[in-house]
Amino acid sequence: MANGNALLDARDVTIRFGGLTAVSHFNLGIQPHELVGLIGPNGAGKTTVFNMLTGVYKPTEGQIFVGGVSTHDFKPYQITALGMARTFQNIRLFKELSVLDNVKIGGHIHYKYSAAAAVLKTNRFHEAEEAAEHDAIELLKIFGLENRAGYYAKNLPYGDQRRLEIARALSAQPKLLLLDEPAAGLNDRETRDLLQTIRDIHKRFDIAILVIEHNMELVMELCERIVVLNFGKTIAQGTPGQVRENPVVIEAYLGEPAEAAGI
Amino acid sequence: MQEILQNLLNGIAVGAIYALIALGYTMVYGILKLINFAHGDVFMLGSFVGFYVGGYAARHLHTTGGALGWGYAGLVMLVAMVVCGLFGFLNERIAYRPLRNSPRIASLITAIGVSFLLEYGGQFVFGADPKRFPTLVAPHYIAFGGLSVTNYQIIVLVVAVIFMGLLQYIIYGTKFGRAMRAVSFNFETASLMGIPTDRVISMTFIIGSMLAAVAGILFGLSYPTINPLMGIMPGLKAFIAAVLGGIGNVPGAVVGGLIIGIIESFIGGSPLSGYKDAIAFIILIAILLFRPSGLFGKYQAEKV
Repeated sequence: MANGNALLDARDVTIRFGGLTAVSHFNLGIQPHELVGLIGPNGAGKTTVFNMLTGVYKPTEGQIFVGGVSTHDFKPYQITALGMARTFQNIRLFKELSVLDNVKIGGHIHYKYSAAAAVLKTNRFHEAEEAAEHDAIELLKIFGLENRAGYYAKNLPYGDQRRLEIARALSAQPKLLLLDEPAAGLNDRETRDLLQTIRDIHKRFDIAILVIEHNMELVMELCERIVVLNFGKTIAQGTPGQVRENPVVIEAYLGEPAEAAGI
Repeated sequence: MQEILQNLLNGIAVGAIYALIALGYTMVYGILKLINFAHGDVFMLGSFVGFYVGGYAARHLHTTGGALGWGYAGLVMLVAMVVCGLFGFLNERIAYRPLRNSPRIASLITAIGVSFLLEYGGQFVFGADPKRFPTLVAPHYIAFGGLSVTNYQIIVLVVAVIFMGLLQYIIYGTKFGRAMRAVSFNFETASLMGIPTDRVISMTFIIGSMLAAVAGILFGLSYPTINPLMGIMPGLKAFIAAVLGGIGNVPGAVVGGLIIGIIESFIGGSPLSGYKDAIAFIILIAILLFRPSGLFGKYQAEKV
């Protein structure tokens, strides 16, 4: 069984694609409310880890528990229903749908009514749809997107698309939020805003967050604990301070001087 | 002028039936990128359910040669919708779902197989001889400014519009529609956002098959001779309609259906009437050559 009240417990997870071991013996436990960073050079297997956690890939070996439940035979949407939602490194919004619909879709499973109720427009249907609308607008407000609720997602500026992805993930009401390079492509000011936003939602929704990020400043400032991957192996973990001074980590950033890598 | 209007009117009535069938093609394609070639035969199944249920009702209500009337007609349609919906659900579960991660050609060939199963299984079960569809409502002509309109044409149009409106509402006004749009945009992302993709796919098949059942009943009402192979031609025409409108595009299927119906009607009233079907296929070839994405479809580069 999974340990206690861990939101996430990945045990000895390994995945091979043909002869290539993309991630080997990965272990990670996340407790409620934790802020954890997952870093490593390009190609280290970070996104692969996310894809295994969320059910896109099935691990070759090892087990993953979300909220104490083994996700081995689960489809991605069943795993999401266990209380975990994610964003994507390359933005994957529903581009042809409105900003509002994008957020509502994230909350799909939480607003319940039957098809018959929808066709007959019962009270239950109206109440559920109003709740969905209300919650979605509230989320958009947090990200300053409420005035753009009717836009097609594809027409938002890049930075707003990134924020919308987070809003959409939050509308699934996760206990653990996975952010895959949320600051990719953002400028310094936007990155600082994002840091503040992540802190805000962390507090406001009382969730745990696991973040992959190349922006070391952001990771070091945000996270309580950091796991470092290189070539699919966990080479270090600890507090930002410990990780920053770990020689193995510095070396992993490929001989780059520590300052250049931002460590 | 009068003749043009008359042809237009007849064309719209036929086109509405094509449109209802085309919706099923386009919805399934939008979500699974699968052309469900069995869909035209689901339409046939709908007609046959109408034939048996309507026939049963007619025998037990002792309507000697008369019509069943509105209430029973509605009931017949409802039963046909339920049976076809169930068939669509099982069809996807049994025949397509196990192949979802196989190359797309595998599902396509399976669809053709299901189509043959229905056509020749239908001949086996229902018999190959043409059957007379029961009279659901009494026919009468309405003279309308020199045009001759039957009440059937009006019924077809009204019922088709009601169901299209209902579909539009489901797609744009309910969470099921949002989920369908999300799944059709990106299957994997939708699943990761917690959308139960399997259920959405089942629902798409159920709705599409129900619309085909409605079309089957409306067809039986308008052209009361039915047989197990009757789904082939309307199925293909509806497929052409879906391609014409831009396959995967819901309003496109309706417009495509109407256009095909109207073109057919005009050709039917001209010396070229013998080439009616050939011309429909020429249209298909022309679209595929000159505008493969159809009227409303967007050109999409294949993802590499």
